Amino acid sequence: MSYLSEGYSLRSWLTTHDHKRIGVLYMVAITAFFFLGGAAAALMRLELATPAGDVVSAETYNKLFTIHGVIMVWFFLIPSIPSVLGNFLVPLMIGARDMAFPRLNLASWYIYVLGGLFTVAALVAGGVDTGWTFYTPYSTTFSDTNVILVIVGVFVTGFSSILTGLNIVVTVHKLRAPGLTWFRLPLFVWANYATSLILLLATPVLAMTLALVALERLFHIGIFDPALGGDPLLFQHLFWFYSHPAVYIMVLPAMGVASEIIPCFARRPVFGYRFMAYAILGIASLGFLVWGHHMFVSGQSMYAGIVFSMLSFLVAIPSAIKVFNWTATLYKGSIVFGAPMLYALGFVGLFTIGGLTGLFLASLALDVHLTDTYFVIAHFHYIMVGGSVMAYLGGIHFWWPKICGRMYPEMLGRIAALTIFFGFNLTFFPQYLLGWLGMPRRYHEYPPEFQLLNLFSSAGAAVLAVGYFLPLAYLGWSLFFGKTASSNPWQATGLEWQTASPPPQHNFEQEPSVERGPYQYSVRSNEYGSQVR
Amino acid sequence: MSTAARSDNALFGMWAFLATEVLFFGPLFFGYVHARLAQPDAFVSGSHHMHIVLGTLNTAILMTSSLTMALAVGAARKGGPPGRWLGLTALFGLVFLGIKAAEWVMEFGEAAGAAGGEARFYFLYYAMTGLHAVHLVIGLGVVAWLWRHAKRFDAAYHTPVEAGGLYWHFVDVVWLFLYPMFYLLERYSA
Repeated sequence: MSYLSEGYSLRSWLTTHDHKRIGVLYMVAITAFFFLGGAAAALMRLELATPAGDVVSAETYNKLFTIHGVIMVWFFLIPSIPSVLGNFLVPLMIGARDMAFPRLNLASWYIYVLGGLFTVAALVAGGVDTGWTFYTPYSTTFSDTNVILVIVGVFVTGFSSILTGLNIVVTVHKLRAPGLTWFRLPLFVWANYATSLILLLATPVLAMTLALVALERLFHIGIFDPALGGDPLLFQHLFWFYSHPAVYIMVLPAMGVASEIIPCFARRPVFGYRFMAYAILGIASLGFLVWGHHMFVSGQSMYAGIVFSMLSFLVAIPSAIKVFNWTATLYKGSIVFGAPMLYALGFVGLFTIGGLTGLFLASLALDVHLTDTYFVIAHFHYIMVGGSVMAYLGGIHFWWPKICGRMYPEMLGRIAALTIFFGFNLTFFPQYLLGWLGMPRRYHEYPPEFQLLNLFSSAGAAVLAVGYFLPLAYLGWSLFFGKTASSNPWQATGLEWQTASPPPQHNFEQEPSVERGPYQYSVRSNEYGSQVR
Repeated sequence: MSTAARSDNALFGMWAFLATEVLFFGPLFFGYVHARLAQPDAFVSGSHHMHIVLGTLNTAILMTSSLTMALAVGAARKGGPPGRWLGLTALFGLVFLGIKAAEWVMEFGEAAGAAGGEARFYFLYYAMTGLHAVHLVIGLGVVAWLWRHAKRFDAAYHTPVEAGGLYWHFVDVVWLFLYPMFYLLERYSA
């Protein structure tokens, strides 16, 4: 009996301790937030189609980009892969019956929903206009919008991240099946493990920092507002100490997804497995040392700027190792361009462009020119949307048969992947050019000479919207009418494919005994070596 | 899963949680260092207003509670009932909170009237000792729960006592930093 047929009532879902059902609960919740955040972005692109600020007022526009950022970062991207796919797959991939703390796992979903409710309440009450970065002293003293309500929402949701991270860390350490040594772990598990360490160590810093913003706002005493004797740079240091590692919270799990899909659809073992694992840990650790590159023009010490610049360049090394190794995995492979593979290849290409433009921004002098322009917007959307969202969708397609026991329609899947890839580039590539030409971010109007590129970008956003609605439609359709999936439709090697689709409540009929590493693929025939015999 | 494995998971989870807790307090400590470097004199004069006798007494009480907590864990490990040690721990914790609350009330007048650097000193004092007290209240809840279920624990199963003990000691260690930061400052700078 599969985990889906353990109970059909709403109650059976809302009181479940099954990591797979909790993963599905997260999927439903973050999908709702994705389209809410996307709607805000759509309105912004509509406004920016013409130079005049005619669709919304400047104040409304400020609220739109704030709510877009807050929702997409904390209510979609951060929980996307770890809380949906990580929750669903990590125990399966390591041959465990469930997470280490199943009740805590459910609690983390409720905490997420509670934080979401606060944020939606702030939206209904009139929104907030600080930007997702809550820079002081604007957020503590001047803004007259619902800052505290949103801060409470983000603060609460942070604890859901922390609890998910804690659960994954303990699960990976303690619940691996016999024979599953650290260097036999699939890279997806490595990536989620490293991400969870960041969730554990960075999120509490954000929580306390935002709490201090709220206290300063309430009592007009504090440590951030210079008028009160505080220092706004202190806020920026603390905020980015979390928010830069948060970028790696968003992209490391995406790398994990690509590392599962690419070997499977190229029928080749992943190139340089150990270096891939070390690179994940390298990115996670270096990520804690580069926050100052968000503050090159803030007035921090020039010497600090130089050190942060050099450390930021270092991140390129493990990132490049990963890109080269994915590429080398493809070499002489027997490549099938299935929908998950299209997403994964799209991820690699867009991540590379996003990463390389990150080097522009890590260069001190160049950053002075590019700070607060659309170049920055384009850069981080290439990482977060081109990278993370593409990989998330690739992962959803790849593991869809495992999650619900049905196949998605392959041709529609490929069309959607290509639509998203095209729409994404049309939306964001012009923004690199706009930023290079000097168009600043966060304005609802602009000089007429920027209109052509902005029009391309807005048209791209429309294509992207179609691309995102397609999977929502056909994946929903396939839940009821899709072809029944076999236990291992991709002939993949991981443990999660060694149990039924969808898996039974406790994942495996008997505890698997692992005998080899992941990715024992071969191009010569359809032979492949599962991790169990 | 065996009981031993479960116990292992729970303790590992508690250590991971304490790592999160350290970082949770982090911005406050960072803010303290920043504010004190910017206005050292305000911090010296602020610390003159602290009640050093009460603070020192409270430090001794909290350290004693750590001792009784350790004895409770030790008793549970040997299979003896940890009940009375847990009761003593809770008692010391309550006394600490009582004294702390009295200090807060006594200092409030000056804190409300303070301006500039001293206002920041008091802001950090109330924020940090307040957050510490919140943790202590949670710790008291944990100890009370353990006390109620003390009969369940024996030499084979006493993981909750161990995990609760870890948390209790963490809260005490935080105080060991707060005490010199707020009470002993003048003795170094005078």
